[in-house]
Parts: sequence; structure tokens; C-alpha cells
Amino acid sequence: MSIDIAPPPTPEKLGEGRAPTGRTTDRVFRYVALGAGLLVFVILALIAWSTTKEAWPAFKFQGLSFVWSKTWDPAHMKFGALALIYGTVVSSVIALALGVPVSLGIALFVTEVAPDWVRRPVIYVVDLLATIPSVVYGLWGILVFAPAVQGFYQNVADFFSGVPVFGLLFSGNPVVGRSIMTAGVILAIMIVPIVTSIARVVFATVPSEQKEAAYGLGATRWEMIRGAVLPHSRSGVVAGVMIGLGRALGETIAVALVIGSSAQITARLFSSGDSMAAVIANQFGEAAGIHRSALIGLGVALFVLTLLVNVFARWIVSRSAHEVATGAVR
Amino acid sequence: MTIIPTGSRSMSEVWTTRSGPEPVEQAEPEQPELAPEIVFEVRNLAVKYGSAVAVRDITLDIASNEITAVIGPSGCGKSTFIRCLNRMNDLVPGARVEGLVRYHGEDLYDPKVDPAQVRRRIGMVFQRPNPFPKSIYDNVAYGPRINKMRRNMDETVERALSQAALWDEVKDKLKRSALALSGGQQQRLCIARALAVQPDVLLMDEPCSALDPIATARIEDLMEELKRDYTIVIVTHNMQQAARVSDRTAFLTTEVDDSGRRSGRLVEFDRTATIFTHPSDPRTEGYITGRFG
Repeated sequence: MSIDIAPPPTPEKLGEGRAPTGRTTDRVFRYVALGAGLLVFVILALIAWSTTKEAWPAFKFQGLSFVWSKTWDPAHMKFGALALIYGTVVSSVIALALGVPVSLGIALFVTEVAPDWVRRPVIYVVDLLATIPSVVYGLWGILVFAPAVQGFYQNVADFFSGVPVFGLLFSGNPVVGRSIMTAGVILAIMIVPIVTSIARVVFATVPSEQKEAAYGLGATRWEMIRGAVLPHSRSGVVAGVMIGLGRALGETIAVALVIGSSAQITARLFSSGDSMAAVIANQFGEAAGIHRSALIGLGVALFVLTLLVNVFARWIVSRSAHEVATGAVR
Repeated sequence: MTIIPTGSRSMSEVWTTRSGPEPVEQAEPEQPELAPEIVFEVRNLAVKYGSAVAVRDITLDIASNEITAVIGPSGCGKSTFIRCLNRMNDLVPGARVEGLVRYHGEDLYDPKVDPAQVRRRIGMVFQRPNPFPKSIYDNVAYGPRINKMRRNMDETVERALSQAALWDEVKDKLKRSALALSGGQQQRLCIARALAVQPDVLLMDEPCSALDPIATARIEDLMEELKRDYTIVIVTHNMQQAARVSDRTAFLTTEVDDSGRRSGRLVEFDRTATIFTHPSDPRTEGYITGRFG
């Protein structure tokens, strides 16, 4: 049986013929995407360059003691940022210590425990927290929270007095409502929504096979969470925490209102402190010359600090991903 | 690989064990059997999701130290059924289990029964290998740890891995990630993980469907070994597998009711040899000879 088959048309050489229309679109798309990508670097570089330039007179005037000295006294031309860096870091660490467990608790509750009709309202309310402007948190902190909590701080300080470490941490000179601790608490409330929603998404990506594997071995819900959900979400949760930390480090107005605006380095968390962002906000209006330049220098320091935190976070994330892949676990 | 032929001529081919083609009659001699110990008594079991019935009318007994296969077309509720045997369906929102499941005479769904305890006694291996993103050792040790069986952990891990025929391959890399193993090794690791808590029953939900034929053969050999110590229930969509490994076979099918809703039900449950040579229901015969499904 023979069938006539038309011979295939002689193929054009690949380089010949009409250029497909897709080629132009592809090229345009490529350059637009590349441009968008580069823009980020350009903006970042410009910010770094212009702020550093503006801050340069202060850096020159103060030298390395800009970051080593703890005396910030514009009236006497002393611009040591260490106490402000300290206040920024410590209030943010308190925020993480208080906010992260709560956030993870909420995230676990809505992904693993809550029935559907509870889950939705909880998510909604937590997301609502994120929409409250930070100045409102600050005003609430200064008008309601700080006055109300002072007595409680005093009780805690009395309770722990004489106890090593805690006796020092939970004390003040004097105990005040507007303090490093209060700033930490307000920041904690402010970072809960973002950390919760990242953690929630991360927990939701844990494959159900992993959960079933744990349940199938007789795990209770908590054992399942420890065995399957948490190990699987470690790097994502770290990333979420770091975003929360970034937010806490940079938060300005709420901290400016409640931290007490007195730059000092003290382990006593119920004392006033000050943070870099708060000082910039409080003093920029009436600053001029070296003082103004020093405030911009604080901005540069804050920028570098958040950059370092992010690099560190990425390192942790990649390390834990690496651990999982190669099994270099514990 | 055997292609499922039609007609009764096919049976000797379907009923091929890896040890060689043996006549069916010799493989399972017809003689009065000793009454085996019954592990599960399932009576009129049905699983419903809201108003939809996933599977119903399941009544069968699962005997100890046997391999019971559950076969049937996709969507017939095979997996839903075996997940009733260790209360895995409790975890599915909206799922309701009706009817009776007795495990060694005890009502598995008694409110006083702790599902976690049930699942410790009745282990499960899933369709896709699902090791934890931990080391090989920690995977196997997970079950004993949560069940407070911390003594002689090294021994427990070695025994479980040996039982799962994996020890020789991994003994030098116990601290390496389980995810670095091949698919077949991962599935044997999951079997080891299930065995480490010393269960009584092993439920296997299409354990080989993600594996290549060589890995599948290893798992099947392994099941033959494990049968001495464990009762095994395996769901499979692979009839040759059911024919090769199981002692008894349950055939489920999908029925569509007048309003177009599908639900699974048990058609026939018998000795595997009988199911594959003299099925009493025409639907079973149709399915195993490849005319349907």
C-alpha cells in the first residue's frame, strides 16, 4: 500500500524570513525589566551617597567617636550616637521578644487550631492593626499606656529588686512610664501584624503530607507543630522576624513619643532612653549646620544598621536552607 | 510489564509472582483455613463530607499477619477507607465516619479513644514519600521521641532501618538529610519511621505510586517480610501489585446515583486468588480483566 505524501517544504534558514513580532516585544520587555531592576540600585546608591554627603561635615567634625561616644549634646556640639544606637537596638529587641511569640501564636492558632468561623475575624482584626497610623500608637502610648503602666513597672521593679540580672533589667532610674520598655511594648504591638501575616503564609505552605506524617506516628497537635510545621517554616519565619525587626528599628514617631527622649545607656529598661529615629524627628526642625548634618549622620547609621540586620538575616535563612538540604542538622 | 489482557486467559499472567509463574491453584490451595485473628472488623462503614458520601457499605474483616489489598478505580474511596482505620479522617474538616470499626474488638471511634494513641498502634505510609526535612536518624527517631520511647534510641533506629531494608544503604550517613535520598529510599525511610514506634498494623496508601519499578519491587519484597510481624493493609491502583503481594483483596467501585453524585462502595472482598480467578461479581471481573476502570 503506498500513500503519496507531499514532501515537506524546504525549510528556510533559521536566520532568514520575517522576524517574529514576539522578538521585539521580548526585547522591550527585557529592557523594561532590567531598568526596573537597576532602578532599585540607583535609588539605593543615590540615597546612600546624598545622605553621606550631607552628613560628612558632622562625621569629619566628630570623627569615629560619632559611633563610639555616648554623649549626644547638640548645645555643646557633642554628637556621639552610641546611646541612640543602643536605644534603637534595645527597644527593637524588646519588641521582638514580646511581639514574635505572640505573632507566632496567632499564626499557629489561625492556621492549625481555629475553626473557619474564628479564623477569618482573627485575621481581619490582626490585619486591621497594621492600618493604624503609627502616630496613633504613639499618642495612645503617651496618653494612655505610659501613665497607666508606671505603677505596674514599679511593682515589677519592687518584686525583682535584689534578684540578679532581673533586678537590674526590671528597674529604672527612676521608674518612668515613658521608657525604653514602653517603646518596646508599643513596637511589639506594631510589628505583630506583619510578623503574623508572614508567619501565617509560611505555615500554610507546610505540605499536608508533612503534617500527616507526624499525625500518622501518633503525634498530638503540638507535637505535629514542633515536628513538621516549625522545622519546615524556620527560614520563612526568620525572614518574617527580620522584616519585623526592620520595622521596629526604623519606627520613628511612636518611639519618639513614648521612649522618654533622654539619651543614655542603661540596662534598666524602665528608664528613659532615646533612639536614632526619634532624635531625628524631635530635633530636625530646629537644627542647623553641624547639628543638622549630625542628624543626617544618624540616618546613615540607621541605614547601615538595617542593612547589616538584613545581611545577617539572609545569612541565617540561607544557612538554615542549606542545613535542610544537606542534613547538617544539629 | 504485563499488559492487562481480556478474558480468563489473562489470569495466569495477572497472577504472576516475581518468584516465577506458578499455577494459581498451587499458590493458594483451596483448603479450610485456620481462623486467623481478626484485627479490624468493619461494619457498614460510610464516610461523608457534608451531604456527599465518599464511600459506603463497607463490611469486611482484616486478619492479622496478612496483607489485605484494597483496589478499585480512581475516586472509589480506597484511600478514604483506609484512613478510617487509623482515624486519619478526623483531620479532614467536615468528614463524618458512620458505621463501626472494631480494632481488636474495641470500637475505634469510641469517644474515649485517643486518636493519637490509635495512630501510634496503627502506622501509616503515604502515597508520596514524606520524610521530614531532618536527618535520616531524626526522621526515624521522631516517633519514638514523641512517644517517650527514648531508651536505646540508636538500637531502635537501627532495628527500624534494618526492618525496612535500608540500614545497609544509610548506616554511614545517618546524620545526612533524608531529602538527599532517592524516592525509593525515602519511601523505605518512611516505612522505617512508621515501624520505629513498634506498631501493630501498617496502613499503606498507594506506597509505590511515586516509585520506579525497581523501587516498587523492593517495597513489595519488604512487605512480604513485614507480614510476619505486622498486619498490612495496602491501597493500590495497580492490580498486579495486589495480586502479587496480598492475601485478601477488597474491590471497591464508584457508583453514580440518579442525581449524578458519585460515591464508592465495596463490591467484593475475598481471598486474592479467588478475586483474581473466580470473582463472584461481574463488576470485579470487568475491572480486573481491564474492561472497565
